[in-house]
Amino acid sequence: MAQNYKDELSGVETTGHEWDGLRELNNPLPKWWLYIFYVCIAWSMAYYVFYPAWPLGKTYTKGILGYSQREDVVTSMANAKAGQAKFLTAIAAKSVDEIQKDKDLLGFAMAGGRSYFNENCAACHGAGGQGAKGFPTLADDVWLWGGKTADIYQTIQHGIRSDDADTRGVPNTGMTAFGKDGILNRDQIDQVTDYVLSLNNKPADAAKVAKGKTVYDENCAACHGDAAQGALAAGLDGVGAPPLKQANWLYGGDKATLVETITNGRAGMMPAWSKRLDDATIKSLAVYVHNLGGGK
Amino acid sequence: MTSATLTSGATLGSQRVSEDVRYYEDAIRLFVIAATFWGVVGFLAGTFIALQLAFPALNLGFEWTSFGRLRPVHTSAVIFAFGGNVLFATSLYSVQRTCRQFLFGGEGLTKFIFWNYNVFIVLAALSYVLGFTQGKEYAEPEWILDLYLTVIWVLYAIQFVGTVMTRRESHIYVANWFFLAFILTVAILHIGNNVNVPVSITGMKSYPFVSGVQSAMVQWWYGHNAVGFFLTAGFLGIMYYFVPKRAERPVYSYRLSIVHFWTLIFLYIWAGPHHLHYTSLPDWAQTLGMTFSVMLWMPSWGGMINGIMTLSGAWDKLRTDPVLRFLVTSVAFYGMSTFEGPLMSVKPVNALSHYTDWTVGHVHSGALGWVAFISFGALYFLVPVLWKRSQLYSLRLVSYHFWTATVGIVLYITAMWVSGIMQGLMWRAYDNLGFLQYSFVETVAAMHPFYVIRAMGGVLFVVGSLIMVYNLWRTAKGDVRIEKPYASTPHKAAVGAA
Repeated sequence: MAQNYKDELSGVETTGHEWDGLRELNNPLPKWWLYIFYVCIAWSMAYYVFYPAWPLGKTYTKGILGYSQREDVVTSMANAKAGQAKFLTAIAAKSVDEIQKDKDLLGFAMAGGRSYFNENCAACHGAGGQGAKGFPTLADDVWLWGGKTADIYQTIQHGIRSDDADTRGVPNTGMTAFGKDGILNRDQIDQVTDYVLSLNNKPADAAKVAKGKTVYDENCAACHGDAAQGALAAGLDGVGAPPLKQANWLYGGDKATLVETITNGRAGMMPAWSKRLDDATIKSLAVYVHNLGGGK
Repeated sequence: MTSATLTSGATLGSQRVSEDVRYYEDAIRLFVIAATFWGVVGFLAGTFIALQLAFPALNLGFEWTSFGRLRPVHTSAVIFAFGGNVLFATSLYSVQRTCRQFLFGGEGLTKFIFWNYNVFIVLAALSYVLGFTQGKEYAEPEWILDLYLTVIWVLYAIQFVGTVMTRRESHIYVANWFFLAFILTVAILHIGNNVNVPVSITGMKSYPFVSGVQSAMVQWWYGHNAVGFFLTAGFLGIMYYFVPKRAERPVYSYRLSIVHFWTLIFLYIWAGPHHLHYTSLPDWAQTLGMTFSVMLWMPSWGGMINGIMTLSGAWDKLRTDPVLRFLVTSVAFYGMSTFEGPLMSVKPVNALSHYTDWTVGHVHSGALGWVAFISFGALYFLVPVLWKRSQLYSLRLVSYHFWTATVGIVLYITAMWVSGIMQGLMWRAYDNLGFLQYSFVETVAAMHPFYVIRAMGGVLFVVGSLIMVYNLWRTAKGDVRIEKPYASTPHKAAVGAA
């Protein structure tokens, strides 16, 4: 059925076949197309000479450059470490306070601390330590477990209520659920909430505030301090209860949130980072956090 | 019932006109309807998950509506539901005509394939939403659904191959080579990548037979060739039938079609390792994946050349026929993404692009620009023919669809280029003391505006597809819109020269 058929527009012959009115011109392969194809093949062949390429049973052609991706990674990581070695050795040998006083080390620790903080800490504490609900702000001067460099260093190392043997606080504990556990009834919670509001100069019912103070003294002062100054200021070790007179609340200082907190309790924790980060990294983090603005 | 009469042989001589082959078209119409429906569903799902990435609150807090479960609903809806039904419709439509033969096994078999394939799609989507997945990209359905699909696919292969084998033309048309390669290879890929061991015969969960890096390699051998044979070879089959048909021009070069067909299918199958650069995959396998991808560049472009050059002598039709514009623009997008692909497979480039939005943009320039556009062109071609209408309801609406969708694609891929390259550069930025300059979350925050732009591109693409649905529905009804026709206005200089 092959019939010679010439396409009028192009003047090129078809192959003579025809399907459902479709024909094919007998044009040659475009030269540029063919040559680029050859170049790609030649480039690939050349690549095989230089780089690992063909499997040979249990081994493979190594290529004359002796390239190995795995060695490449190891070498670049080692080079990166070597570039920082001078600083890292010095940081490992010094205390966090000493690092703060050395201008070069301080600069290095701040740069590293920022990087480590953003990768490891910002997910909870926010970029720049701005804090989030349930996660304390690290850029202000309110500290639950101490704001000195040594305190921060210890907190990062061992965590808070964590599974570390030297953790701050007691693992798997937190603030008592006064309402849920039936320790305080609704009225008492209402009263103590108004008392806490009054401490913060917020509108509160005077009668409730008076009763609330009694509830507070009997139930809350043991952890939050008799003047609501927080465990740290009250000198209570291993508690970490926040001050209740402040502008920057951990969970919220409005009436509804306070009622919720007192009713259900709160339990914050922080992992011990010494299992995941090396000492120089933790020291850098301590320096960085201390310098976020609120360090004591 | 409804069938078409062969008339196209009329130009060739008396021996053909005497034959009266009545082709099966009922089932083809079902595929066309399903393709149109799933297209809109898939585009909507994609736009929704794009919005989820920009505004995470849209995950709505339910596991069933979370990004992780809806994402495979989107990919399966566009690739297998939309693309698959388009491939069934076009391949089974054109193979009858290019072989001058009924569909082997009868139209009942076609309808059986249609209903079961689409039930499979629904079951697969449902299983993703309910949390059943193999966790393999583009191969999410669990083992029981894989078996179901295998049966359907084998029946499809029997019908298509049987039709080709009983053809009444001496030669096999180039479109059918590509359809054959697509059907055969997809079968091998599907089976190869789903060799799983069920945890229990009554449960959905299964685990791959091979594990670790071998499993990853099998997955990307599959994943890359799902693109290569489902979305490339299959749609090149569409291109080889519908572009010359619509342009009413001969295919540019028979020799090119042979050479690029064999080089394409030979080289594509080895390129999968480029998805695993800089992983625990051995160096040698990465080298082979990269070089075969680079060598694949020209074989891919062979299809583009043949598609675009088929228009030589008929370029003016682009001005008057927006359907042809869809078909030809799709080939241009195909050329662009098959250049970008080899480029991204080169290891130093991949070091920057891998795991970034650049990859997502690359996939979508192929998926929206090539696969969807050529599908739209084929659907606009098929509906008037299958519903026995003299013309489309409106060519102007086709043009509106074209421009809406094109602007959508441009927004999508440029946003992803910028976002992806920025993301890659941010990941690798170090300060002068050797510390990472940016944390991961900072890169996510920086991408937000581009996620919004990308979602807007998606919205435009959906709007375009709705214009198409309206146009196709009115066409099927037999309506014709009163509008200014596209007039052929030859270029003045050309007229003078002639």
